[in-house]
Amino acid sequence: MNDPATTILFTVILLNFFLLGTSRLGACIRVVAAQGALISLLPPLVHGVGVHTMVLATGALTLKGLVIPWLLFRAIRQVRIRREMEPRIGYIATLMLGALTTAGAFIFADRLPLLSEHHHTMFIPASLATLAVGFLLLITRRKAITQVLGYLVFENGIFIFGILLAEAMPLMVEAGVLLDMLVAVFVMGIVMNHINREFSSIDTENLCLLKE
Amino acid sequence: MLLNIIIILPLLAAAIAALLPSERWRPWLLPAAAIPHLFLVWRIITQPAAPTDAAAMLALDALGSLILLVVSLLFTISSIYALGYFKTHPTWSNRTFIVCLLLFLGAMSFAAAARHLGLLWVAVEATTVVSAPMIYFNHNRFSIEATWKYLLFCSVGIALAMLGILFLAYAGLHSGVEPILQLDFLLREAPHFSKPWLRAGFVFLFVGFGTKMGLAPLHTWKPDAYGEAPGLVGGLLAGGLTSVAFLAVLRAVQIVNAAGEAQLARQCLLALGVLSLVFAAVFVIRQRDIKRMLAYSSVEHMGILAIGVAVGGLATYGAMFHVLNNALTKGALFMSAGNIHRYFGSKKMCETQGAISILPWSAGIFLAGFLAVAGSPPFGPFLSEFTILRGIFGAGQTGLGLAFIFLLTVIFIGMSHTVVNVVLGPPMEETEEEINDRHVLKEGVLTVLGPLFLMALVLVLGLYVPPPLRDLFHQAAELLEVGR
Repeated sequence: MNDPATTILFTVILLNFFLLGTSRLGACIRVVAAQGALISLLPPLVHGVGVHTMVLATGALTLKGLVIPWLLFRAIRQVRIRREMEPRIGYIATLMLGALTTAGAFIFADRLPLLSEHHHTMFIPASLATLAVGFLLLITRRKAITQVLGYLVFENGIFIFGILLAEAMPLMVEAGVLLDMLVAVFVMGIVMNHINREFSSIDTENLCLLKE
Repeated sequence: MLLNIIIILPLLAAAIAALLPSERWRPWLLPAAAIPHLFLVWRIITQPAAPTDAAAMLALDALGSLILLVVSLLFTISSIYALGYFKTHPTWSNRTFIVCLLLFLGAMSFAAAARHLGLLWVAVEATTVVSAPMIYFNHNRFSIEATWKYLLFCSVGIALAMLGILFLAYAGLHSGVEPILQLDFLLREAPHFSKPWLRAGFVFLFVGFGTKMGLAPLHTWKPDAYGEAPGLVGGLLAGGLTSVAFLAVLRAVQIVNAAGEAQLARQCLLALGVLSLVFAAVFVIRQRDIKRMLAYSSVEHMGILAIGVAVGGLATYGAMFHVLNNALTKGALFMSAGNIHRYFGSKKMCETQGAISILPWSAGIFLAGFLAVAGSPPFGPFLSEFTILRGIFGAGQTGLGLAFIFLLTVIFIGMSHTVVNVVLGPPMEETEEEINDRHVLKEGVLTVLGPLFLMALVLVLGLYVPPPLRDLFHQAAELLEVGR
């Protein structure tokens, strides 16, 4: 229980709860950045230091920990918002849901047909819990920026699962995946800026003109 | 070697488009890249296949060739249309749009040639990112909403597909096989994979790429995105991108088939396929917006493709044929709908009535395209849908066949009300001034020639399928029959 990977994954789960409970957007962006940076350290910790793991860790750390948070900070500076007000479901309720899904993730992971060396590690439950929290953020928050954060948390959950399979993805593919994510967040930031220009807010409740 | 050029050529053209300062000359880069692209694709498909390296990251099999041909053909004709489109709007800034269009072609070609699931994922996600700015081209409240929904919905959908890919890798790891995601390796080793992880992987892949394809109930972004995008983009999304997403789904189907789990793939495809037809039938009735109507028609045709592959045998062949028919017809429909939209400044049925007296060519193509897409002879889609139907009855699934006919009939009737009103209805009362106020060219040669050519192709395909194409459909269908 004392190895660094477990500590990191435990912290990742705690950060999930912080995200569900806070309304300050600046803090949310920092937490998502911290979460991304922490999980970027995992590949060399788990698979040992090598060219592949180090390049992956450096790339992920730069993107998830620095570039993407910088893009998001720029976006909220442009639209001048600080807080997520009135989410669709309240903070206490989403925290409860988060707790339930995290507990569910631990129980479910225990029943999955895993390799013996993956049994009783934090990887699978942490990954599932993070995926669930990402989804919760996507569904319950109304600001465009928190939805992007939800998407990033979801991606973090996938990344944690992917660490178990480091050999599956050649470096070229991993680079492509990270690049895609970067460009996606970049485009989302631009679209967010335009939403703000059009509606003077980035509340996605405004986006309800198109319907049958 | 040729394959690399096919991918690099559009990217190079995109770089030139980004650097070129002239708004007037930039659109010419589209055909300049698209025509050689189509020529090279045709060269690759017709020349006898050289034996490819079994562990190649990029190679074309029959399925990939088919999709690449569809994409390249549609894009080339769209690029001619784009020339006319920008000629009527010489002052609009087109840099982002044209760069994105060319990158879009590059990403779709890359997806068609990818032999590694990770690369396929990267390419499909890239298509999402580069097509979002094109949907936002009109810069208004409606298009921003459509863009946001499209971007978020498809990104999350694609993320699910990534999870599915990782599950597949874990399925390999679990049974002691190296977790390599190269397609040929997967097809060879799939029978030994851990079944629960393999099944979970397929379901996630199917849901993820199914979102991109727009199968109901994952289609909710589709009417908004197609409705708000320029007609040119709508055609490329409905004809090109959905075909690429369909290819991604078929890759997953190939893998589960090879693993001896074909039943799972069939059930999933059949369930969402039928659901897509039902959703399309419900929403197409009383649909007053011509572009949204076309979006639901696209949901319908994705359903038809899924059902065709689910039934197997002759129906799979029909589905392969239908990919081409659907893409060409949708291209013609969206381009002519775009002409109507541009002239009337509206895409509502009540404001575009009697289009045939004002825009005889576009409205005529729109009507012919509707007849084709609804499955009337003598057009290509009739032939492919009929083949799928024969496959369904041949497989002894009479109930499914009857439901298929019923739903297609409902969709035909639902669409015909709107289309007939738009094309042949009584024109709106307008004063001279209003007509003079429009300041819009009625119909340019270039904006009519593209869709007209597409409809001519669709008509030819309904009467005669050239043998090389027929062979291609057969080979593609055979790849999906392995392991059944």
